[in-house]
Amino acid sequence: MPAQNMKPIISLSPHVHGGDSVQKNMYGVCIALVPALVASLYFFGVGSAIVLATSVAACVLFEWAITRFILGREKLTICDGSAVLTGLLLGFNLPSNLPIWIIIIGALVAIGVGKLTFGGLGCNPFNPALVGRVFLLISFPVQMTTWPVSGQLGYVDVETGATPLFIMKEAIKTGDASLLNQLPSSLDMLLGQTGGSLGEISALCLLIGCVYMLCRKIITWHIPVSILGTVFVLAGLFHLIDPSYANPVQVILSGGLMLGACFMATDYVTSPMTAKGQLIYGVAIGVLTVLIRDFGSYPEGMSFAILIMNGFTPLINTYVKPKRFGEVKK
Amino acid sequence: MNVILIAVIVLGGIGLVAALILFLAGKKFAVHEDERIAKVAEVLPQANCGGCGFPGCSGFAGACVKAADKGSLEGLLCPVGGQPVMEQVADILGMKAEASAPKVAVVRCNGTCESRPRIAEFDGAQSCKVQQMLGSGETACAYGCLGCGDCVAACQFDAIRMNPETGLPEVDEEKCTACGACSKACPRGIIEIRLKGLKNRRVVVLCNNKDKGAQTRKACSVGCIACQKCVKVCKFEAITVDANLAHIDAEKCKLCRKCEDECPQNAIHAFNFPPRKPKVEAPVADAPAAPAVNPVPNVEPAKEQEKA
Amino acid sequence: MKTFNIGGVHPAENKLSAAQPIKVAAIPKQAVFSMFQHIGAPAVPVVKKGDEVKVGTLLGEAGKGLSVPVFSSVSGKVNKVDAVLDSSGTRRMAVVVDVEGDEWLETIDRSDKLVTMKDLGNITAEEVVNRIKAAGIVGMGGATFPTGVKLMPPPGTKAEAIIVNAVECEPYLTADHRLMLEKPEQILVGIQLIKHAVNCPKAYIGIEMNKPDAIHLLTNLLKEKAAQYPGIEVVPLKVKYPQGGEKQLIDAVIGRQVPAPPALPINVGAIVQNVGTVYAIYEAVTKNKPLIERIITVTGKSVKQPSNFLARIGTPMQQLIDEAGGLPEDTGKIIGGGPMMGRALMSLEVPVTKGSSGLLLMTEKESRRGEVSPCIRCAKCVSACPMGLEPYLLASYTRLKDWDGCEKNDVTSCIECGSCAFTCPSNRPLLDNIRVAKQTVMGIIKARHMESITKK
Repeated sequence: MPAQNMKPIISLSPHVHGGDSVQKNMYGVCIALVPALVASLYFFGVGSAIVLATSVAACVLFEWAITRFILGREKLTICDGSAVLTGLLLGFNLPSNLPIWIIIIGALVAIGVGKLTFGGLGCNPFNPALVGRVFLLISFPVQMTTWPVSGQLGYVDVETGATPLFIMKEAIKTGDASLLNQLPSSLDMLLGQTGGSLGEISALCLLIGCVYMLCRKIITWHIPVSILGTVFVLAGLFHLIDPSYANPVQVILSGGLMLGACFMATDYVTSPMTAKGQLIYGVAIGVLTVLIRDFGSYPEGMSFAILIMNGFTPLINTYVKPKRFGEVKK
Repeated sequence: MNVILIAVIVLGGIGLVAALILFLAGKKFAVHEDERIAKVAEVLPQANCGGCGFPGCSGFAGACVKAADKGSLEGLLCPVGGQPVMEQVADILGMKAEASAPKVAVVRCNGTCESRPRIAEFDGAQSCKVQQMLGSGETACAYGCLGCGDCVAACQFDAIRMNPETGLPEVDEEKCTACGACSKACPRGIIEIRLKGLKNRRVVVLCNNKDKGAQTRKACSVGCIACQKCVKVCKFEAITVDANLAHIDAEKCKLCRKCEDECPQNAIHAFNFPPRKPKVEAPVADAPAAPAVNPVPNVEPAKEQEKA
Repeated sequence: MKTFNIGGVHPAENKLSAAQPIKVAAIPKQAVFSMFQHIGAPAVPVVKKGDEVKVGTLLGEAGKGLSVPVFSSVSGKVNKVDAVLDSSGTRRMAVVVDVEGDEWLETIDRSDKLVTMKDLGNITAEEVVNRIKAAGIVGMGGATFPTGVKLMPPPGTKAEAIIVNAVECEPYLTADHRLMLEKPEQILVGIQLIKHAVNCPKAYIGIEMNKPDAIHLLTNLLKEKAAQYPGIEVVPLKVKYPQGGEKQLIDAVIGRQVPAPPALPINVGAIVQNVGTVYAIYEAVTKNKPLIERIITVTGKSVKQPSNFLARIGTPMQQLIDEAGGLPEDTGKIIGGGPMMGRALMSLEVPVTKGSSGLLLMTEKESRRGEVSPCIRCAKCVSACPMGLEPYLLASYTRLKDWDGCEKNDVTSCIECGSCAFTCPSNRPLLDNIRVAKQTVMGIIKARHMESITKK
C-alpha cells in the first residue's frame, strides 16, 4: 500500500475525456433552431408560440410519465434534452393553427410510439418527431394541410392559403407552367414570407442554424449537402426537361426540405454511422423526396423520404464500412 | 357472379402454383439429417448453455449420435440433465451410459470486503475481464475474486448471485448444474467445478492465491499461505500444496474436517455439514492456540470456528 | 501542414512542464529493476542476494527470443531477487539493490563531450546494432519494443526512411521536447548511427507544431551543419492525437499506410524510433553506456513543481514526486505515462522503468469517468478512430460476446489509442470493451493457428 492512506482510482486508458456530452449535443441542436424559432414567431406570432410550447411541454411530460410509470425507470431522462428537441422539431413541422389536442396526440405518438417503445434514446429506428408528424398527417389530413398564410399573428380564425408546394403540385398535375408564376419569389421563400409549417418557412434561418451545428461539430456536412445537392440536381433535370416542374432553387427553398435536410435527417440515432453511408443515405433521401413531390399523391415528400431511409439505416451500417487504415483497394 | 368466379379461379390458381413451387423447392433443397439427432435433442434440457462443450443442445445431440456410431458415449455429458438425461440418450442410441458423479461450482475465494482490504478503486466498464487488465485490481490479491460478476452474467440458470455484503458470488447449489459457464467466464479461474460429495458435503480450500505466504497474508487475512499444516494433518494424503496453494483432492477426501481445524488462515471451509457441537476434549495436541496473524473476523456464517 | 489522414482527436495539451529544464533526480536509497521492462520474454536475473553491483553491471541477461538485458543504474548490494509489484499492478521478478555510493563501471564514458561520426571512425553497421542490443535499449516512447530487433529488417525488406518520433502527442508529457532542446546534436548523431546501421540515406524528424522552439532549433542546426548531418529533415506536423502512433506517424510523414497486422512498418520501408531512443542509442554506441537512466516528466494540475527529471531506472516514483513538491492532497489517480494511453498505478512504490515517459497525478475530480448513458449513435467514435474502425460496433459485439463479429470488423487492428472513449458524448467505456474483444479474438486466432499447425 502507498504510504498515504489514499485509495487511488484505477481504470484503463484513456484517463481524460473530451468533455462532450449528450446534453451538449441535444441543446446545441436546440440552439441551432433558435433563428428559425424567432422567424416563426415573427411570421406566425401567438399561434407559433402556442403550438411550440404545447409540443415541447407535452413531449417532456410524456417522456417523464412513460419512463417513470410505465417503464419504471428511476433515472430521469428528460434532462438529456432529447425530449425537448423532439418537441421542438415536432412543433416545427406543424401548422401554426393546429388545435392543441391534436398536438398532444402527436407528442404522445412521437415520444411513446416513436421513441420509448423501442427503449428510449439511442434505440429508436425512426426519427420520433417525424413519426409523430406523419401520424398526424395521415390521421388529420385536413388540419395538417391547411397552412395559415405567413404574417397572420393570431392562433384562431387565421386566413389560410396555398403553399408553394401545393402550387408546384398543381402545375405538374395540369402541366401548366404558368401556374408557377403564382409562387412567391425566391427571396421571399428564403426569408420565410410564405405559407407552410411554422418552422420550415425560413430557409435562411435554418441554414444559419445548420452552419452553427457544423461549426460546433455537432453534425458533419455529409447528410445536408448530399440531400440538398441531390434535390437540386434532380429537380434541375426535371425543370430542364419540362418547365412545368418548378426551378430547382425554389424546390430547395420550399416546404420542409431545408428543415429535413439540416435537422431531421441528421438525427444521430436514425442516420448511418459512416461518412460514406451518410452520403448514400442523403442521396437516397433527395431522390425519394423529389419523386414523392413530383409523382406521389402528397405535395411534400421529405418526411416520408427520411422515414423510409431511417428504415434502411441498419442495412447501410451493415454493408458500408469506413475505409480501414492501410486497407488496399481491391 | 362472374366476378366472384374469376376471383376464385385466379386466387386458387396462384395458390396452386405457389404450392407446387414450394413442394418442389422442399424436395430439392431438403437437408437430410439423422433422425436420431432430433430424438436425442428432444430429451436434452434445451437450455443451450454450452456446458457440454458443444454449441447448444443440437450440437451436443449431433456429437452423441456420432460418438454412438463409433461405439461409445464416453466423455459426453450433459451437465444440466446429468445422469438421468444421459441414460435416456443412451437408450435412444442403444448404448450404455457412463456413470458420473454429480458436480457443483465452487467459488474458491473468500476474500470478502472485510478480510481483503481494498487498496484501489476501480472505475470503468463493470467487467472482471476489464479489471483483470489492471494487474491485481482493487485489492492487493492478484488471484482473488474481482467482484464484477462476469460469472453471474454467464450463468444461464440463475444459480450464481453476487452477495453485496461480501462482494463475492454465491452459488445456489439447488440450481447449479455444473455446466461450467461461470468457470470459463472467470478471468482468474477461481470457480472450480467440483464433485458434490457425499450428502453434498465438501471440504474445500477457498483460496486461489499462488503468491508466497507473506505476500498473501498482506493482501488477505483468509488466504492460503502454503504453511503445509493441512498436508501434515491429513491422514488420507488428499491434500497437496502446489505453487504456494493447497488443494484438496475431492476423490481422496474423507470429509474428516481435521484440515479445517488446522488451517491458521481459516482458508479451508466445510460445506453442508451439520453445525458442530461444542467440543469437550482438546482435538490434537499440537493444534495452535491462535493464528499467528491478527484474529480473523468470522466471515462465513455457516462455519463455526470458535476454539473452545 | 502534414498530418495523418484518418480520424484523430485534439485533447487539451496541458504541457505544464515544457519550460522546465531537465533536472537530475537524486539517486534512490533502494532501486528496483524489473525483469519485465520490455515487450517479449523477461530478462533472466544473473545476480543473487548479497552480490556487489556497480552502475552498469548486468543484472539480467536477455531471455530467449524477443528480449533485452537489464543493467543496474546504481551501485550497491543486491538485497533480493524476488517478485515485486511493478507498474503492471502484479508481482513480477525483479532485482532489488540497496544503494551504496555511486560507483560506475570504468568502461562507461561519463564525459559530456560530443562524439561525432568522425570520432567513431570506421564503425560497422553490425557493430552499431550489437552495441544497441548489448545496451538493452528498447523503444522509450512507451511501447518498449527491443530496438535492436527493429534495426534488423527481415529479409526482403529495405529501410527507405528513418522516422524519428518527436511528436509527443500525449498531453502533459514534455520529456522528448526537453531532450530535443537540451541535446540536439547528440540526437542528430544518434540518427546518423541508425541510418548507418540500416544503411538508409534519409531520415525525418516528425515534430508537432506545439513545439516551435524545438522545430526552430533543429532546423537551424541542420541548416548550419548541413555537411555534417546530411539527409536529415525536420517535418513539422499539425497537432493531432494519436500522431505519435507508429502507423499514424508514417502516414503523416511519408504518406504511406502500413497494412493491417501482421504487416510491419518495415513493409512500407519505414523504421520509426522515438527521439528518446535515439538519444539512448547515441549514448550506448559512443559512450558505451547501457540504458540506465531516462527522462521522465512528473506533472499534474495540482503538482507544485511540474518537472522533467533525468532519473535512474529503478528509482521509486515516490521519490520523484517528493522532488516535484510532494503528492498533492487531492490526487485521485496516478498514471504512469500520459493521460491517453498511460497505465493507472496502484502504488507509488512502483519503480521507473525503461518505458516510463511520465508520471501524471490527476486530481480526484478529473479522475472519475462521467456517468455512462446510452449510445446515441452520433458516430463521433467512428470519425475519431485513426484506424478506420467502428468502435461502437465492436463494443456492442463485445457485450454480445460475438467474437466472430469482432474479428470480421478488424478488432485486431485497434491500436488502443483511446480516441473513441475520449470523444464519446455518452461517456461509454468503448476502449475497455474493445480491449476485452481484442484480447479474446487474439486468443482465438492463436488457438486456431496452433490447431492448424498440429493438424499438419
